[in-house]
Amino acid sequence: MVSPYQAIPVLHPQGPVALAELHVIGITLLLSSIIVVPLFIMLAVFAWKYRIGNTKSAREHHPRWDHMNPLFEFAWWLVPAIIIVMLSVVAWVSSHQLDPYVPLVGTEAPITIQVVALDWKWLFIYPEQGIATVNMVEFPAGAPVHFEITSDAPMNSFWIPALAGQIMAMPGMQTQLNVLASNPGEFRGVSANLSGAGFAGMNFEAKAVSEDDFSAWIASVKASSPTLTRDSYQTLAVTSSNNPITYYSMVDSSLYTSIINSYMTPQDASTSTDGMNMNDMPMGTMTP
Amino acid sequence: MNWTSFIFGKLSWSVFPTSPIAIGGAVFMVVVGLSLVTYITKRGHWKYLWHEWFTSLDPKRIGVMYILVASVMLVRGSADALLMRAQQATSVGASQGILSPEHFQQIFSAHGSIMIFFVAMGLMFGLINLVVPLQIGARDVAFPFLNSVSFWLFVAGAALINVSLIVGDFSTAGWLSYPPLSELAYSPTSGVDYWIWSLQIGGLGSLLSGINFLVTIVKMRAKGMSWMRMPMFTWTVLGAMSLVVFAFPILTVTLTLLALDRTLGMHFFTAGGGGNMMMYINLIWAWGHPEVYILVLPAFGIFSEVVSVFSAKKLAGYTSMVFSSIGIVFFSFVVWLHHFFTMGAGADVNAFFGIMTAVIAVPTGVKMFNWLFTMYRGRIRFESPMLWFVGFVILFTLGGVAGVILAEPAADYQLHNSLFLVAHFHTMILSGVLFGYFAGITYWFPKIFGFTLNEKYGRRAFWCWFVGFILAFGPLYILGFMGATRRLDHYDASLGWQPLFIVAGIGAVIIMFGLIFQVIQIIVSIRERHQHRDLTGDPWNGHTLEWSVPSPAPSYNFAVLPVVHSRDAFWAQKDAGMKSPIEYTDIEMPKNSALGIFLAALVGLAGFGIVWHIWWLVTVGILGAFAVFIVRTMDDETEMIIPASVVHAEEERLQFRGVHSR
Repeated sequence: MVSPYQAIPVLHPQGPVALAELHVIGITLLLSSIIVVPLFIMLAVFAWKYRIGNTKSAREHHPRWDHMNPLFEFAWWLVPAIIIVMLSVVAWVSSHQLDPYVPLVGTEAPITIQVVALDWKWLFIYPEQGIATVNMVEFPAGAPVHFEITSDAPMNSFWIPALAGQIMAMPGMQTQLNVLASNPGEFRGVSANLSGAGFAGMNFEAKAVSEDDFSAWIASVKASSPTLTRDSYQTLAVTSSNNPITYYSMVDSSLYTSIINSYMTPQDASTSTDGMNMNDMPMGTMTP
Repeated sequence: MNWTSFIFGKLSWSVFPTSPIAIGGAVFMVVVGLSLVTYITKRGHWKYLWHEWFTSLDPKRIGVMYILVASVMLVRGSADALLMRAQQATSVGASQGILSPEHFQQIFSAHGSIMIFFVAMGLMFGLINLVVPLQIGARDVAFPFLNSVSFWLFVAGAALINVSLIVGDFSTAGWLSYPPLSELAYSPTSGVDYWIWSLQIGGLGSLLSGINFLVTIVKMRAKGMSWMRMPMFTWTVLGAMSLVVFAFPILTVTLTLLALDRTLGMHFFTAGGGGNMMMYINLIWAWGHPEVYILVLPAFGIFSEVVSVFSAKKLAGYTSMVFSSIGIVFFSFVVWLHHFFTMGAGADVNAFFGIMTAVIAVPTGVKMFNWLFTMYRGRIRFESPMLWFVGFVILFTLGGVAGVILAEPAADYQLHNSLFLVAHFHTMILSGVLFGYFAGITYWFPKIFGFTLNEKYGRRAFWCWFVGFILAFGPLYILGFMGATRRLDHYDASLGWQPLFIVAGIGAVIIMFGLIFQVIQIIVSIRERHQHRDLTGDPWNGHTLEWSVPSPAPSYNFAVLPVVHSRDAFWAQKDAGMKSPIEYTDIEMPKNSALGIFLAALVGLAGFGIVWHIWWLVTVGILGAFAVFIVRTMDDETEMIIPASVVHAEEERLQFRGVHSR
């Protein structure tokens, strides 16, 4: 059973980013209604009053009436234009304030988590803690979480509706998303962009916990689970659907970079799908 | 050399469908096709169809055929929609629903591709063919043969997309086939190739049609019809056709590059090998966003005609309408990035495109006010075209608000790829485009067929569409806020989405009844045609030139070419009373030609050949099409003369009472 808070995550944000994004939705809705409400009233009044069955308005009929005072016509350009100017200011300011690449400030120490979209599961690498997880990401509540995101599969989109809007995950490239959960809680994480047959099952659990619980969780993952090497990563990257949550106690520290760079380097015969050999590809990551 | 693979390419016995629903679809297609062929053969109608319709270069006939093909595709696309609704209403928790993920993905990919390319575009070009020459006082389009080629290319594209039901599969990569999912590495079957080549062939037809009508409107207007005397529908078509001419070449190139990736192993958009998927997404939307306005502008034009005629008023603020249309044409090219704010472009870029998107709402809002002030001090007849208009104003405005919200990049992060987005664009395209075309079809039907459509079933259809629409898409807005993403073939029971999906499914069924009523409406109207004959040529008290000729309009449109002295030319004529006596002269019209069909058929075969790597067929198709083209250019006798006496007799036969009898 889920609480109503989880049922409509976009309307019940659990962090400052999603909250600010909800505010943008609300402001836009309010400003739009300045135009829309009078428009609907006019529609109702005119449709009722000037219907052909209404004999009372018949003598008002003016077939050639096509424009009134030019000022009036100017006004109905001006009013929508003013609203749009206001919306444009909102767009400019909020696009910069809520730029997903801008780091957040929180009450706890910041943490970086690397995200790899695979067919059809999410791999999370904790470079500072040296662990990795699949389909489950845990972080301290109040800590600014800096996600570095890529894909080793078709393009995807990384979304935790209760915490922040989505950002795309693309192979050979890195995108970023900064997230903060105000309080401990469990949130649904989503694959938002079609990526193939197992796409519907490619969800993950995002869990915000206290700093102490987080340390304890890291320790437990380190104690008990298998390690993620480049070889075991190749096994993990094979397509599979509805994957269970998996933990890796140790992770190759260069794995994330090597995943991105694998799309940059000349393809050798074992990974090439079509035998083409590109010789002069630049090294490094391409950012959109 | 392996002869089997030379002759059949990648075709083999395994390409035929295996799942029960897929087999059902294939069998249904074959049965419907065969029974239609049998019926026509039994009744001996082939000769008539061939000479009077298939080979006709009359834009009115071509327009009717466009609308018929688009209607058939609408049934196919709606069946896809019902299957999707059924899947999402049932595939929850332990249940996997009625479709496999791959099949579900094929269905939504086909639904989107079909609805945009072969329903909306088909209805639009159909109406443009029916109305534009009549409305500008012309007898024909600028390039009559090219018009036939365009139509048959459209048919070839539609046929290719339907062949994928029977031979092979369709794309599972969505209606815009984003790479790298649509690349060979992730979509190895021929599905994406079907998508590429059916769109490529249909899109080529659209591009040629766009050029044709652009030239027609620029060069062939009646004497005296200056720019600011043009009817509003013609203005919006001019805007839409300008967009076609600028936007469709982008689609052609983008599809070609994707095809080169898939067919010749190139790396324009691949993941790795130097490809860049972001380039594809930019290119496809540089076409895709103008495409939305290509579809909606003519519908705006139709609503302008309808609201003015059914309110018995001049259109309020004509000049505003013209400039708002031109503004939309311009701004539609600078908003494409709003389809992927989430790609990670910087805040400056996102803000620029967000603001441009909001700006485009201004001319649209102005149009809304103009339409409402057209109703002001009118005598409004709420017949079904006007009902479609009112439904449009309500839904399009609400959908527009959703669009303005999505235009804010910060809000879009939370709503992109969600069902909120799906609900938004369906609101815009159903109410803005489809309702407009339905209104247009009802409005101009008597001009083409000589009798009006049954009003009772027209109203029933409207109410089913309107109510069904609210039930089908209202829940999707809410589901978007609940974090439901688009294209899910399955979801978890604990999310609590199922009731809303069931309501959406009920809505879809109600819309289906709307469609059924529309079919009944046509049948009943044909049966009752004698009671509803339009003897005046002007059943609605129209304002524009198409209502000045008899209904159904004769093949040459105007026995005497009109001269225009003001806006709302026919209204002015009626006010003044007809003065000059009619002097019939010989009329030169294009001869029928079957070459358009042959050309498109060969191109269609070449498309099928590329899909299955049957290279000899590709060679035959392309060389053959080129040969047909050469044959046509060698033909110097493409025109025929309709003598004055025949024109006179035809006008008498149509019992044209004309304006002087009123």
